[in-house]
Amino acid sequence: MPKETGKTRWQDLPIGFMITDAGNAAEYHTGTWRSQQPVRNNDRCFRCGMCYLFCPEGCIHRGPDGYFFADLRYCKGCGICAQECWSDTINMVEETE
Amino acid sequence: MKLVENFDIFAPVVVPPEEYFSPGHRACQGCGEVLAVRLVCKALGPNVIISMATGCMEIVSSPYPHSAWRVPWLHVAFENAAAVASGVEAALRVIERKGKIPAKNTHSIAMGGDGGTTDIGLQSLSGMLERGHDVVYVCYDNEAYMNTGVQRSSSTPFGAMTTTSPPGKMSFGQSTWKKNVAEIAVAHKIPYVATASPSYPIDLINKIKRAVDVVGPAYVHVLSVCPTGWRSAGNNSIKLGRLAVESAVFPLYEVKDGKYRLTIDPPKLRPVSDYLKLQGRFRHLTPDLIEQIQKRVTEEYGILKKKCEE
Ligand SMILES: Cc1ncc(C[n+]2csc(CCOP(=O)(O)OP(=O)(O)O)c2C)c(N)n1
Ligand code: SF4
Ligand SMILES: [Mg+2]
Repeated sequence: MPKETGKTRWQDLPIGFMITDAGNAAEYHTGTWRSQQPVRNNDRCFRCGMCYLFCPEGCIHRGPDGYFFADLRYCKGCGICAQECWSDTINMVEETE
Repeated sequence: MKLVENFDIFAPVVVPPEEYFSPGHRACQGCGEVLAVRLVCKALGPNVIISMATGCMEIVSSPYPHSAWRVPWLHVAFENAAAVASGVEAALRVIERKGKIPAKNTHSIAMGGDGGTTDIGLQSLSGMLERGHDVVYVCYDNEAYMNTGVQRSSSTPFGAMTTTSPPGKMSFGQSTWKKNVAEIAVAHKIPYVATASPSYPIDLINKIKRAVDVVGPAYVHVLSVCPTGWRSAGNNSIKLGRLAVESAVFPLYEVKDGKYRLTIDPPKLRPVSDYLKLQGRFRHLTPDLIEQIQKRVTEEYGILKKKCEE
């Protein structure tokens, strides 16, 4: 599979520009777009999974402790999880750098 | 408390855990359309072949050499998603008959934006519905041609600002009323038609599953909030989808074998202004125009309610 270098020869491309590595968009980390990040106070969380359900990135997962966390490699900081959380577990905090 | 649906609590238990649409896609922050895609894919599962018209979802999911799709997916031209999906379905039936794949295991799916569905792909959609292909067509309706910079479509609502329906001295924004493609699909007398919204995820997932289960064509029209084109805050995307339903701007219903049923029936409707005021694209509307919209929405909702009682 060619890398995003712009230097691939056309002879190296698969027929029909087929992408055989399904879901390889995950190699690209959209977390760099973020200007705010979700910070959680799990004391308030009752693990309903609203944040997981409504995340447009699909980057919120459930940990072994049953609590949810955002994969910050992909989180774009849209703030939907904080807005939709029933128990105000999540706060959006400005990124510092 | 923000009650979404009775069953939404403990969502992870009732929603398929697998993700068939990977993170790393390039949709804008807070995009409601890509959330709809993610949830639809969860409902569809792995045994599908998706044919998709161009539009935001095609562009953000497939910047070469990347693809966010974990299921077989074809990018087709703007106007022919339904035609390609019809061909895929016909081909599936042939190789099933030859015993190369298990029978009735793989489903052909077509997807398009509102531009790709209500305008440019309408003819191929109608053909697919009329010929009776066993295909599920999903329209992601963000109410304009967003990917090319917010041009009006026939699905853009009355009064909305787009770059080709700009409000000003000579114009109040979009001057026509939204085309109702769900009703056009119903007129083809197909077995299943539904409207859905990612703000009601369980409802959306159930409808997609029902659409797959029926034999013959199914059409699902998904209202998809686009913060970029609607000039709304990215974190409001779920709330706006909910307000659209609670104000009856976009009622959620299904039509199974001609029988209408409201799947979300708000006990008391909110005024449309609650929905409009969170969106910059409606900021210029005068009270008179808002009144016109209210009147039309109430009227159409009354007609729909009547059909549901029949
Ligand atoms: C025949 C043709 N005309 C125009 C275009 C340019 N184009 C690409 S995406 C797009 C807008 C798609 O709008 P819509 O279907 O509503 O999807 P959205 O981007 O809003 O999700 C346009 C006009 C094209 N690719 N092909
Ligand atoms: S323009 Fe709208 S629909 Fe397109 S990716 Fe951005 S938010 Fe989503
Ligand atoms: Mg659109």
